[in-house]
Formats: sequence, C-alpha cells, structure tokens
Amino acid sequence: MTGTRRGAPTARQIRAGDRRALARAISAVENGAPEADALLKELYPTTGRVRVVGFTGPLGVGKSSLINALVAHLRGRDRRVAVVAVDPSSPFSGGSVLGDRIRFDRPASDEGVFFRSMASRGAAGGVAAATRDAARLLDAAGFEEILVETVGSGQVDIAIRDIASTSVVVLVPHLGDEVQTLKAGLFEIADVFAVNKSDLPGADSARRDLVELAALGGGRDGWRTPVVLTSTLGPTGIPELWDAIVAHEAFLDRSGGRPAAERRRLAKEIVGRVRDRVDAELTDGLESDPALRRLLDRVASRDVDPRTAAEQLLRARRRSR
Amino acid sequence: MTVRSKKAPVRVLIAKPGLDGHDRGAKVVARALRDAGMEVVYAGLRQTPEEIVRAAVEEDVDLIGLSILSGAHMALFPKVLALLKKEKAGRIPVFAGGIIPDEDARRLRKAGIRAIFGPGASLDEIVRTAQRLARPRA
Repeated sequence: MTGTRRGAPTARQIRAGDRRALARAISAVENGAPEADALLKELYPTTGRVRVVGFTGPLGVGKSSLINALVAHLRGRDRRVAVVAVDPSSPFSGGSVLGDRIRFDRPASDEGVFFRSMASRGAAGGVAAATRDAARLLDAAGFEEILVETVGSGQVDIAIRDIASTSVVVLVPHLGDEVQTLKAGLFEIADVFAVNKSDLPGADSARRDLVELAALGGGRDGWRTPVVLTSTLGPTGIPELWDAIVAHEAFLDRSGGRPAAERRRLAKEIVGRVRDRVDAELTDGLESDPALRRLLDRVASRDVDPRTAAEQLLRARRRSR
Repeated sequence: MTVRSKKAPVRVLIAKPGLDGHDRGAKVVARALRDAGMEVVYAGLRQTPEEIVRAAVEEDVDLIGLSILSGAHMALFPKVLALLKKEKAGRIPVFAGGIIPDEDARRLRKAGIRAIFGPGASLDEIVRTAQRLARPRA
C-alpha cells in the first residue's frame, strides 16, 4: 500500500471525525479489505440516525451543481454535510473519471463538509457496492446530512432507493412528453421531483406534466410527490427543494412508514450480501471443486439439465451446513 | 466478509492549480489514466493548493498529478508539497505536467515533485510513470 496508508483506521478515529481515517476507511470498504468488515461491525450500532438523501436522474441534468447549491444552503444553516458522488467505471478498462468534484466549490477551510467521489466498479443500478457503507461511516463520523449522487441514470437505475430515505429525481425541461412520466422505473421512485435548469424555456410545462403525474394517485401511502423548479444560476429554488426533502422525511415519521422502509432496505442488504458470497463461492467452485466440475461436465454433455444441477447444488449446500 | 476484489484500482487526483484558462492537457491525461484502469478524480481548473490537498485527503488518492501552463509553478507546486506534509499526507507522490522550463524542473524535482512532463511527453510514458509512482512494488 502506498500514499497515506499506515495502519488500519479505527472506530475511535472515525467517531472523532478524523478526516484521513474516514477517507481511508471508505477506501477499505471499496476494496473489500478485511479491516473494513471489523470497522463496520463495530460502528453499526450507532449508525442509522442520519437521513440519507439520494439524487438521481439522467446525465447532464445538473445533479452535481444542485448538490453543490444545497451544500451551501445547509452550511448556511450550520449543518455538517457529507456528499458521496458516484460515477461509472469503464466496463473495458475498469478505470473511471470521477468528475463531480468539479462542481464542488466550498472553501478548503470549511471543516463542516466532506466530499467523496466513488466509482461504480461494475455495480448496476446507479450506486456502488460501497456507497451504503460509506454513508454509514460518514454517519458515524458525525455528519448531520448525507447526500448521495448517483451515476447519471437510465430508466431502470433505481438502486438509490435501497440506500436513501428520500430520493430526489432531477430532471430538466424538454426530456419528453407526459407519457414518459407514466413509464415504469425512475419516475416511480421519486419522493421529490426537481426540474432543474428551470431558467430554460419549457420548465413550466415540465412541471405541469409532473404535477399531473403526482395527481394521478401514483403517490405511495398518501404522499403526493412535490415538484420543485430549481436553477443553479442565481440560484433559485434551493431552499424550496430542501424544504420539500424535509417535508418528505417528516411524512415518513408522521405516517409511520419509516421503520417499514428501513426494514425493507436492510432485508435487501442482508440477502444481497448472502447472494454475493454464495455467488463468489459457487463461481470459484465450478472451476476448482472436482465434484462441481463433474456436475458442470454432465450439464455440458446434456446428461443433466441446468435446473436439476442447481437443485442438487442447493441440496448439497444445505447438507453441508 | 465481503467479496474481495482482485486488485484495488489506483486512485489519482488530477488538478490544475492557479489561473490557467483551459484544461485540455489535463483532460487528455485523465482519459489516458482512466483507460489504464485508474480511478481519476478530476478536480479541474483554478484549484488552490489548499483545495488540492483537501481533495487528496478526502479522496484518499495514491497519486497526485498537477498541470499548469501559467508559469506560477514555482510558487504553487512547493506550496502543495508543504501542505501535504502538514496534513501528514507527504507520502502521496506528486507528478506534474505543463510548460515548465528545464531549470525550474530541476529545482522542482529537488523539492519533491517526482516526475515532470513537458508538451512533447507521450501518454504511454506518463501512464507508465504514474503506475510506477502509485504502486512502487507492483
């Protein structure tokens, strides 16, 4: 290891808000390093009290600039804010250009902010495998608001819902007609819509379409998704956007929906972790375990079909427990 | 326990200190490093030494690349190195590119800039150097 790395970051350093330890701990999580597991196990009991707000939407709609404006707004209210901004990894080289930091313009002396760029490293859905745990580390380090920016999203990139308690879907004028808003996926997960670049013509008609969508009764559990016009030139609509986010958080508390949503997210996380491990073990095993290799041979020679092979594998695993 | 990745990608910060008007060279280098499999945190134009060092710490990078055209390198580069030391991040190697006269380059190398590339440098050479600096034992 190189750079600043000397010794594993400790839970005490994280809780004390040591920025270098925090940064190294996030890397450890990204790299699946053993010290990350120990650290997260130790910190978990005291996390979960800070809301995580997600920002998603197509590329180029201004998510980074909007977050930068929100950070300024929140710092004006003396809130300690952390940002995790995810950009895609190349499926070819594995490399990545993480460019969200360009929009981040807090003074270097501001200790109340922490900004971390993160590559998706092959994860689908718009966030990285490490994003949730990075948010937990930032929570443990005492940040009061955690903002997560997804990869520029397509229609089905909705993994932010598994991390954030409020998801803001950021759009711009002229993305399409109102039928687009009826399509499944991205539009369904919005707890708040932001129509950004609202200084451009067409903003009002975009807002009307989205308000109509909300009025169709698509709102979950009685929440009617608000639509906020924003622009980072000026800027305008920033306090209104934050108020809409806070209103959704208050709704979660008032309606009693928060614990159920949190349980759903945690269940999904646990299942995902088990799946990842089983996946890795089996994929390894099909190459290295002689019994598995023989099974694969028999599937390849059409003596056993893949469904039966899968059932045999599952039974064998249960017996070995 | 989580699934272990085979090899953690190198994280590198590319930033332009000072008041340069464009960042084409830095973008070309950023892209070449991306294609070599690195995670490039691109901080862009008009960064102060304080902002650069802060970004290096928060992003936990293995390497910093500074690009400069304005001629202010003799003031800005040593400042970055000094601030890194102050933040206990002096072990992060720093390389540089831009319009830097030979005599200045010699002095900057002595001050701790690990490699300096001029306008004629090949991307291959830059990538290889970056890899060597980030992972000396790899």
